[in-house]
Amino acid sequence: MTLSKAEMAALVARDIPAGSFVNLGIGQPTMVADHLDAGHGVVLHTENGMLNMGPAPAADEVDPDLTNAGKQPVTELAGAAYFDSAASFAMMRGGHLDVCVLGAFQVSAGGDLANWHTGAPDAIPAVGGAMDLATGAKSVFVMMTLFAKDGSPKLVPTCTYPLTGVGCVDRVYTEVAVFDLTPEGVVVRETFGTTTPEQLADALDLPLRLR
Amino acid sequence: MTTICADVDEAVADVADGSVVLIGGFGMAGMPVQLIDALIRQGATDLTVVSNNAGNGDTGLAALLARGRVRKMICSFPRQADSHVFDGLYRAGRIELELVPQGTLAERMRAAGAGIGGFFSPTGVGTQLAAGKETREIDGRHYVLEAPLRGDVALIGAHRADRMGNLVYRKTARNFGPVMATAATTVVAQVVQVVETGELDPEAVVTPSIYVDRVVAA
Repeated sequence: MTLSKAEMAALVARDIPAGSFVNLGIGQPTMVADHLDAGHGVVLHTENGMLNMGPAPAADEVDPDLTNAGKQPVTELAGAAYFDSAASFAMMRGGHLDVCVLGAFQVSAGGDLANWHTGAPDAIPAVGGAMDLATGAKSVFVMMTLFAKDGSPKLVPTCTYPLTGVGCVDRVYTEVAVFDLTPEGVVVRETFGTTTPEQLADALDLPLRLR
Repeated sequence: MTTICADVDEAVADVADGSVVLIGGFGMAGMPVQLIDALIRQGATDLTVVSNNAGNGDTGLAALLARGRVRKMICSFPRQADSHVFDGLYRAGRIELELVPQGTLAERMRAAGAGIGGFFSPTGVGTQLAAGKETREIDGRHYVLEAPLRGDVALIGAHRADRMGNLVYRKTARNFGPVMATAATTVVAQVVQVVETGELDPEAVVTPSIYVDRVVAA
C-alpha cells in the first residue's frame, strides 16, 4: 500500500509549523492547502504578489485580477496583502519564507534539486520562481513519486537533470516514505504500508540511515 | 509631464523597430492587451520583449508573437498549457529565448530603474542559468552577478490613474507593473479609469507619476 496524492498532501500539511509563511509550488504541492488547519495560522504566499491567499472561488466569484502562481483563480483571506514581483521575490531571496513545497524530477542525497528542465533537445525550458524558492526558503520540502515512470529512482546520488538549486532540499515526501536530507546523510523518517527501510535500501542506490 | 492619450494607438505610435519592450502581466492578469493590440496595428518589428510569460492563448502577447514581430523573448516561464504560439515559434527556430529566474527578472529591472549597475544574487548559483557569469563568495554564501535590464518602452496594465500619471493597481494584477514602470525610457500605462488629480489617495499610490509618460483608458 502506498499513499495517495491527497494523503501525501495531508502529511506535508501536518508537518508545517503553525504560523509559518509558506509557498506551495504549482501542481501537486498546491493540494497541501486543502489540508491546512485554519486554526494554525499558516499564511500562504503566492509568487505573483500576495500573502494570505485563500482557496478557489465559487464559479460566480472568479476575479481575473486575483490568481495564483498557476494562473488559477483564488480568493483573499482577511489580512491579505498585495505587493509587486520585485518585493515578492525579495521575500524569498531574503529568507523571510519559512517553508516552500516543490515538485521534482530528481533530488540528490546532498539536497540538490532538479525540477525545471528535463534537458531533452526538444523541451522548452521554463523556470519561473523555482530557483528563487529553492534558494531562498528556510525549509524546502519536495513532494514527488519515489520512482519515475521507467522505474528509475528519483532520489539519487547525483542529479542527471539540470539543477534548480544546490544543496537546498531538506525533506522529501514520497508515496512510500519520507526522507530527511541531513549533513550525515539520507535519513528514513517514516515508511508507509508494507514498505520497509530494507526494501528502500535495495531499491535506491544510496546509503540510508534509520531515524 | 504625463500625457493622457486619446486612444491606445496614439499611446504606442512612436515605438521603433528593434525596441526592447517590457510587457507587464503574470499570465493574463495585468497584461495590457489593448496596448499590445495597438502595437500590432502600429507595426513595430524585430522587437525584444521582456515579460514573465511568453503569451497565453491567442490574444495579447501571444498575438504579437504570432505576427512574427518579436525576435527575442526574455522571460521566466514560457512553457504553459496554452503557450502554443510561442512553442511553435521556438521549435521552428524562429524566436530566441533568454530564460531568467523570475526573481532575477524582476530584480534586474528594479536595478535598472534604481540606477544600480548589477547585483549579486544567490538564485541560480550552480545551475545552467548562471553558466559563464561572475560568481563571488560573500560571508560564506555563493552569489552570481546579474546585470540590470532596461527597456526602451514599457507597456503595463494598472487599475486607475490620475491625470498626473499616478497609478494604483488591483490585486495580483500588480505583479511586474511597478518595477517595469521604473525601468523603461518611455512608460505607457493602460488603465480602467483616469480620474481627476487629487482623487487618488496619496498613501495608496503604488507607482508615482514621475515614472509614467503616457496613460490611456482602455
